[in-house]
Amino acid sequence: MNVLLDNFSLYGKGLLGTVELTVYASLLALALGLVMAGFRVAPVASLRVFGTVWVAVLRNTPLTLLFFAVVLGLPRFGLVLPFTLFAVLALGCYTSAFICEAVRSGINTVPKGQGEAARSLGMIFPQTLGDVVLPQAFRSVIPPIGSTLIALAKNSAIAGSFSVVELLGTYKTLNELGYSIVWSFIWIAVGYLLVTLTISAVFNVLEKRWGVAR
Amino acid sequence: MTTALYDVPGPHARSRHRLYGIAATAALLALVGWVLYLLFDTGQFTAAKWTPFLYKGIQELLLKGLGNTLKAFAYAAVLSLALGAVLAAGRLSDHRAVRWVCTLLVEFFRAMPVLVMIFFVYVALQAEPLVALVSGLTLYNGSVLAEVFRTGVKAVERGQGEAARALGMRKTQVMTHVLVPQAVRAMLPTIISQLVVALKDTSLGFLITYEEFLHAGKLIASNLDYDLPFIPVVMIISPIYIGLCMLLSALATWVSRRQRRNPKVEAAEVGPPEPGTLLPGAGQHPVPPRE
Repeated sequence: MNVLLDNFSLYGKGLLGTVELTVYASLLALALGLVMAGFRVAPVASLRVFGTVWVAVLRNTPLTLLFFAVVLGLPRFGLVLPFTLFAVLALGCYTSAFICEAVRSGINTVPKGQGEAARSLGMIFPQTLGDVVLPQAFRSVIPPIGSTLIALAKNSAIAGSFSVVELLGTYKTLNELGYSIVWSFIWIAVGYLLVTLTISAVFNVLEKRWGVAR
Repeated sequence: MTTALYDVPGPHARSRHRLYGIAATAALLALVGWVLYLLFDTGQFTAAKWTPFLYKGIQELLLKGLGNTLKAFAYAAVLSLALGAVLAAGRLSDHRAVRWVCTLLVEFFRAMPVLVMIFFVYVALQAEPLVALVSGLTLYNGSVLAEVFRTGVKAVERGQGEAARALGMRKTQVMTHVLVPQAVRAMLPTIISQLVVALKDTSLGFLITYEEFLHAGKLIASNLDYDLPFIPVVMIISPIYIGLCMLLSALATWVSRRQRRNPKVEAAEVGPPEPGTLLPGAGQHPVPPRE
């Protein structure tokens, strides 16, 4: 208990860092993933190929390798950003591949007649996708997107080893201060549970309000 | 495949799509060109940065790193399959206490970042990097696999277990001879995909100074004699690492495609006959789909 009370601000900073990373990377991943899903079902072949390659490569990239390449590699091109921004970039791009796949399978669950009806009304592809199919797909992709974002929150722990202030990284300072290492890890675990349970609660609410009735 | 989101393009739409296609390709090529320009501009293709890879010592260093990565993966894969089987058996147990303990373990380890477990074993228990990496990966992937096994067993048609019990099999026999073989067959693609996750996560060993593939790369990249060849190292390591993961993913896809053609698996998925037919099982309520 002492470990938590004595270092409340340290833990708070770490937790805040993790939450910040998670939120920004989630936004990036959702935006990119949605665009890529659009590309993957687009009538233009080169966009489809781009979307497919994006997903295939990023889904099979070890996240540590991506962090390694982004955080240590990009500065060599003269691109120097704060470490947190690099981490958001790596996490967001990585997760966007999984979001894209979730959205795409959501699009596939929408009955064919919906797209056909939209087309018969004279809607063009962006209208069919954006106004008719995606809103319906959204209802069935809430649970998979929730678990993807939970995975993102857990993956953000890697950022701590690349000079970003986040929850897992706090153990180093506590270790140097001579606190019980087991207890500091227990509180770190509690912090992560807090983050993941919050996300899952939010998505449960979303699912209750908008999910497909089964 | 995809729902019908657009009409079959006519001549006008085709030419429009071609225009979009050319524009998109041009934009992508411009991006690639810009990256290439940056690479040349910052001197990433100079001989000084690439000759080291001709040296035997460097090649051996990389190969040793790759070997260590694969070693960690092999240990983690085998152990997590075993742990997954144990935890799944525990969650399906008839004894409430066993069920609760296993459920608690599975839920806890699934909710934790793998890295927290790896660091805990490495820092708090002061284990060797390889031991820490493998145990972290095993705890996490084992828990996920336990859920996969359990859903697989639950998804086997109820009649299978009932028939086995009717033949007088004991509950262990029902599990090992009837339910598990069918569950594993159905879940094989998911199991392999989870192993891809384990393979990807072996790279976390880099963060606890396990001498794996990335570690070897970092050693080479931070060598001043070779003019700090960081980008060349990334350009060599990533295709190999990503390629390995893609290979394993492709195996999962291949297995699942093959299964869709397999009559044995298909037979298990045949629904109950329509009411009114005279086939066995007619008139029964269809079994509600279980999780």
